[in-house]
Amino acid sequence: MTAPIVAAHGIHKHFGQVHVLKGVDLDVAERELVFVIGPSGSGKSTLLRCLNRLEEPSSGSITVAGIDMLSPKTDINHARQHIGMVFQSFNLYPHMTALGNVMLALRKVAGKSRAEAETIARAALERVGLAERAHHRPAELSGGQQQRVAIARAIALEPRVMLFDEPTSALDPELVGSVLAVMRSLRESGMTMIVVSHEMGFARAAADRVVFMDHGLIVEQGPPAQIFENPAHERTRAFIGQIRQH
Amino acid sequence: MSAWDRFVETFFNAKVMAKYLPDILYGTVVTIELAVAIVLSGLAAGLLLALVRSAGIRPLNWLIIFVVDLFRSLPPLVIIVLLYFGLPSAGWSPSSFVSTWLALALVLMAFAEEIFWAGITSVARGQWEAARSTGLSFAQTLLYVVLPQALRLTIAPLTNRTIAITKGTALGTVVALHEILGMASSAVSNSYNPSPLMMGAGAYLVLFLPVVVAARWIETKFAWKR
Amino acid sequence: MEEIVQSFFNAEIAEAALPIVLAGLLNTILLSLLVVPLGFIGGLVLALLAQARSRAVRWPLMAWVDFFRAFPPLVLLVLLFAGLPFAGLELGGFACVAIAFFLNTGSYYGEILRAGIESIPRGQVEAARSTGLSGLQTMTYVVLPQAVRNVLPDLLSNTLEVVKLTSLGSVVAVPELLFQARQAQSVTYNPTPIVMAAVIYFLILWPVVRLLSRLENRALVGRG
Repeated sequence: MTAPIVAAHGIHKHFGQVHVLKGVDLDVAERELVFVIGPSGSGKSTLLRCLNRLEEPSSGSITVAGIDMLSPKTDINHARQHIGMVFQSFNLYPHMTALGNVMLALRKVAGKSRAEAETIARAALERVGLAERAHHRPAELSGGQQQRVAIARAIALEPRVMLFDEPTSALDPELVGSVLAVMRSLRESGMTMIVVSHEMGFARAAADRVVFMDHGLIVEQGPPAQIFENPAHERTRAFIGQIRQH
Repeated sequence: MSAWDRFVETFFNAKVMAKYLPDILYGTVVTIELAVAIVLSGLAAGLLLALVRSAGIRPLNWLIIFVVDLFRSLPPLVIIVLLYFGLPSAGWSPSSFVSTWLALALVLMAFAEEIFWAGITSVARGQWEAARSTGLSFAQTLLYVVLPQALRLTIAPLTNRTIAITKGTALGTVVALHEILGMASSAVSNSYNPSPLMMGAGAYLVLFLPVVVAARWIETKFAWKR
Repeated sequence: MEEIVQSFFNAEIAEAALPIVLAGLLNTILLSLLVVPLGFIGGLVLALLAQARSRAVRWPLMAWVDFFRAFPPLVLLVLLFAGLPFAGLELGGFACVAIAFFLNTGSYYGEILRAGIESIPRGQVEAARSTGLSGLQTMTYVVLPQAVRNVLPDLLSNTLEVVKLTSLGSVVAVPELLFQARQAQSVTYNPTPIVMAAVIYFLILWPVVRLLSRLENRALVGRG
């Protein structure tokens, strides 16, 4: 295995008195899809948000695509271009069209000209199947379409890694499929992805590795078949059992 | 004498301050009387207009809306000047106190009516229908069901507006009302020293700062739930 | 009735006073064009500073804002106009109005914009930052446009108040609408010019009040 594209070691995070991450190590290889599961409050979202420093880890080291994310010398805004993030609540800019949402960082961070940015943005919307919705505002789009625009906003910057923070949890069940389809096509194009989600079916079909977290620690990890069918830990087994019932 | 001493000697001259303290206190009492009169009459008149408006009598509502718009559009100082310098030509010479009170009470009435009315209309249609379906009269529905819900919504904007308009009592000085600013200004011209003005400024802070801080608290307590 | 018309709506006097009053109107417009942007910029600075996490910044800021909200604008104006000369600083009415308004209305605009900024969900900032936008870029392109839109009725309402407040300029001899009208009145011994000024204020500001009344009603109903 070549050097991992994401290397997070010894990550601790405190929120005041609460110890949310208690020394997490996570290496992700290029083109790998890592699926993170665990009960709410296990720290999986916090871990994800530490990787692009939306949360400041209390201690530890994080390297993404060769960039030391925690070094004070790193231009964090420049580094974040290489790490796309998709949020549970989409967080599209409501005052801009779909196209405007995708173009903003292309122009202001990547420094593209308006024409260049528009070409790239249209291509990104095309990839998520929303080319004809380019001039719609978020309020005029369904939840699934909004989330796909949010994915387009991230991939337009040609990130080396994509982080998904419960991308389908806020969606009506009938809209989940369209978002998962886009994620699957991203995966097939070779994108490195770290996904926090409860979509076990998707994990089984697409993930290279499933990571189970609980109480701020990685309890166990392995290929989906192993984690889902034959977990080594009692806590993992209990969690999987719970999820299955739903 | 250092520059600091000279500054204090000029702007916080103890002798001048002692001499004009009674004047400033007198002005403070006038300001308080005026403020209380404005708040009570303005809010009462505003609520009354909003209640009348909720009865939905078309021509009456147009009149109310016009009056409200009028007193929201005109600068309070223009109204005060118009009443004080204009009305004598029509055979009535209101005192400076009455002119200032009337002008600001009308302005507060206008703003309060708008806010009360918005509060009343914000109470869902279903509330009216539910109450009327149980046999409550129009007035009973308004009094027991709609107003309690509406008033809570109006507290924060009403407080801020009331403070802003009550601060307008200082405008009375333009028509020679002996309130704080008027007393302080004449003391400055008599003593050739700005200390009374600083005292006056202090008096306003003592009066209004607690109200502004309280309003900040009210605003968070009764904040709109978004 | 005849008497009332003669006193308040005297055509002859109105005709004579018209140029004087219109000159005042022009100054009122110019004064508004100066003090509204000035106050808005001051408010923007206050609102942005209020986003600082440090209490050492936020508390003095809040004190500043409350101080100037507690102060009647006229008192501030007179303090500058009549007080500063004793410190050897003679600024003139126009400059005093500009400074007093900057301090007073800046605080009001600041509170409104702060509320607007705080109404924007945290996720908007996170999404913007995750794409690499800097803090300032996020504020400029993502947060402020939404914040301003959210508090547009309040901003407009405050602007209306600021325009009305320019009438205070008359107290320090700035030849705006009210000042000019009073000059004309004192020459003619007839209140018609003041009525003219009132009518002009009404005609100009009434559409704004109408618009506001509709916006505010909608806002309150939406929140209720």
